[in-house]
Amino acid sequence: MSELLKVEGLRKRFGGNEAVKNVTFTVGPGECVVLAGDNGAGKSTVIKMISGVYQPTDGQVFLNGDLLTGKTPEAVRTAGIETIYQDLALADNLDPGLNLYLGRERTIRRFGLPFLDRKTMRDDAVEVMKSLGIVVPDPAAPVREMSGGQRQAIAIARAIHWQAGLVIMDEPTAALGVPEQREVMALIHRLKAKGVGIILISHNLPDIFAAADRIIVLARGVVAGERRPAETNDEEIVRMMMGATL
Amino acid sequence: MDHVVQRNGTSFVKSLLNAWSWLFLVLILGFFEVYAQTQTGSTFLFRVYNLQSIAVAASQILLLALGLTLVIVAGHIDLSIAFSSGLASVVIALVIRAGGVDAGWGIVALAAFAGLAAAAIVGVVNGWLVAWLAVPSFIGTLGTYGVARGAALIMAGGATVSIRNEHARELGNGTLLGFPIPLVTAMVLALICHYVLKHTRFGAHTYALGANPASVERAGVDVKRHLIMLFVISALTAGMGGLIYTFRFSAGAANSGEPILLYAVAAVFIGGASLTGGQGTISGTVIGAFIIAVIQFGLVFCGLPPYWQFVAVGLVIIVAVLVDQSKDRIVGGKA
Repeated sequence: MSELLKVEGLRKRFGGNEAVKNVTFTVGPGECVVLAGDNGAGKSTVIKMISGVYQPTDGQVFLNGDLLTGKTPEAVRTAGIETIYQDLALADNLDPGLNLYLGRERTIRRFGLPFLDRKTMRDDAVEVMKSLGIVVPDPAAPVREMSGGQRQAIAIARAIHWQAGLVIMDEPTAALGVPEQREVMALIHRLKAKGVGIILISHNLPDIFAAADRIIVLARGVVAGERRPAETNDEEIVRMMMGATL
Repeated sequence: MDHVVQRNGTSFVKSLLNAWSWLFLVLILGFFEVYAQTQTGSTFLFRVYNLQSIAVAASQILLLALGLTLVIVAGHIDLSIAFSSGLASVVIALVIRAGGVDAGWGIVALAAFAGLAAAAIVGVVNGWLVAWLAVPSFIGTLGTYGVARGAALIMAGGATVSIRNEHARELGNGTLLGFPIPLVTAMVLALICHYVLKHTRFGAHTYALGANPASVERAGVDVKRHLIMLFVISALTAGMGGLIYTFRFSAGAANSGEPILLYAVAAVFIGGASLTGGQGTISGTVIGAFIIAVIQFGLVFCGLPPYWQFVAVGLVIIVAVLVDQSKDRIVGGKA
């Protein structure tokens, strides 16, 4: 498979503590790679080095063959890697359209002054959400009136709308109820169908097995192993997370 | 089907709660009109003097409340407006006085500019404290409240700076197309603030900031610059309040804004803003200011001692908060 993202020999040292050592993996287009691991295993540190929040002590990150290491989080986003955080980074009091365009709002001129083009932004939001299989009940309503799954979909819609090639999702189902977790899983499959690569961080085993094309298990900052879901089981993954097996 | 009916019912109550301040304004106007008709056989509403008095009082509240609305929507508060307006008032009076007895339009314009600049400095300091030093706005602007108060009183020598200037008097007490100039000023500024908050990217970022500052930061907006601009806008509209005061009464007074602070804050919350930020509109604040002005004038009109207005406005603030809370309960809480 061709490579969308390549992570090579990532290492991160905080003071005398080596949080991540020699992490290497790839993500292909339309592929979902799960980073699994217990708390403190280094999952968050790895994705922060990919998204530009942390600079690695050693190692490189490539997107479509271009070196990303050393770029700012903004530049990494522009290059096509969108990170969806647990807190969703949505403004609850704004409608889906404004959330989709937050920071890049569209305006039209009236009486020589720029006015927010709410209608176009709303229509675009409805459109992108539809491509994710989600019907927005009331496009003019603030997103706080939507379900957790629908809100998650807006965050994902933002990534699609701005043409991210790779989406990083940090525990996307952690704060959701069971039906909404299913919605998010369905969203991941639709994203994959669009050719978007996904790095999913999770320690929820059913989610891991439902979403992953490959599972990379981190334990104490190193890759404890890499498996395809079909060739492993819950028990082995848990053992690897605990650092028992290589 | 049942589900749909219930939804419509809920949204009807919701829109009623959203419109409560309008209804409340109509209700108190009706009350005072009925009182006037039955008790004195005269009219409350249909007398130009009454309407003008209410409008001018509302304008004075509004000028402090307009910029404050933006700050509150962004999830902050600005207490210093009480004295950025007073500081502007004193500076304007001092400049006009320095211009001599027959100071012309040029001096008046220069005075206005100097007064607004003084207010803007308070705004920049507020924004710097909140944005760069991460001081909570309540504490930071309480600090500048004190500093601006002292500065204004020191400059004024602890007294009122009276001026004698025809142009200034004309601006403060004249009319434009039959409307008092303070009202016209407040309404024009209200329109500008409404445009900024409702129709610009700056306004959208202001709402987002009140709901989730991280969302704005992540969207690549310069949050520090945005906060400084918000506090400068707040200080400038308050400075306009000081300007109108000075022109109306031909006097610069350090304390001119202080009694209005509570009313300005109240107007914003009666108008539907929330203490946690992310909510509020300029139209709501305008209604809030008029509700307070009608209560102030109406109670005096009814022959009650003026102190009752404090009680009445206090009660309205509490009602406004209760309405805000029940709105959340009906919509299902603000997650």
